[in-house]
Amino acid sequence: MPIIFSLLAGIIFGAGLTVSDMVNPARILNFLDIAGDWDPTLIFVMAGGLAVTVFGYRLIFLRGAPLIGGKFDLPTKRQIDLPLVGGAALFGVGWGLAGICPGPALADLKTLEPKVLLFIAAMLVGMIVAKAWRDRLSATRALRSNF
Amino acid sequence: MIGSDDRMTSFAPISGLVGGALIGLAAVFLMLTIGRIAGVSGIVLNAMTPSDAAGRSWRLAFMVGLPLGALLVTVAGLKDWSGVSFPASLPMTVVAGFIVGVGSTVGSGCTSGHGICGLARFSPRSVVATATFIIAAAATVCVIRHLV
Repeated sequence: MPIIFSLLAGIIFGAGLTVSDMVNPARILNFLDIAGDWDPTLIFVMAGGLAVTVFGYRLIFLRGAPLIGGKFDLPTKRQIDLPLVGGAALFGVGWGLAGICPGPALADLKTLEPKVLLFIAAMLVGMIVAKAWRDRLSATRALRSNF
Repeated sequence: MIGSDDRMTSFAPISGLVGGALIGLAAVFLMLTIGRIAGVSGIVLNAMTPSDAAGRSWRLAFMVGLPLGALLVTVAGLKDWSGVSFPASLPMTVVAGFIVGVGSTVGSGCTSGHGICGLARFSPRSVVATATFIIAAAATVCVIRHLV
């Protein structure tokens, strides 16, 4: 059952990315290019998304629990730290280089464009490397705090 | 190098709003049904993490749904892909993919997780992350298009 729900969510998400043309890196780059022929469409995409989620989430959280799984799985970190800001800055640089972020990259698999396949492959490598590095760092820290 | 035509996109507020609402609907649906954040980078990362085999199947299903949704909209005749272009060169695209992978992992999220789901919950971390990656991305485009 969770698989059916998440597949449906993925399909609706992918449809939204396609309808809003967020699958088009040229449109993303034109939004980011404030000094050029600026295309503000992305702001409207965020506005549409937030209009639904701000109220939708609020209503759902009133229920106290999701339909299945027992509890809402929400991020617990509160601290604004260097990994958050540094990681986001790095992410922004990568996003600005090609105009592609993870969601649209996967939706763009529909095009079978070689650049999309290579972007995703490189992204997976980046994730694995970063996770290994992060795990090692926290392991070292845990070891230190034991002494 | 691409021609200037490839870069042109015309402002599309209505389809932007509608598509954005669909993205929001997907996020709300995932939270209502299985209680999860629709953050694509986190979903991809944790789909690869062997320690969470139980949570792998729903994540893979979500990932498969993304291109399926794109396909569905196309089959319904609602999408013209001729305007879609990938302006970055192949090597640049690979570098970008790697940086996006590292950055979203270290920064705990991407445009969907922080920019939609996090902002919708008024998470201060997501507000900071979203502002940071938009500024960094705009600065990057500025350097590439106007300074280099």
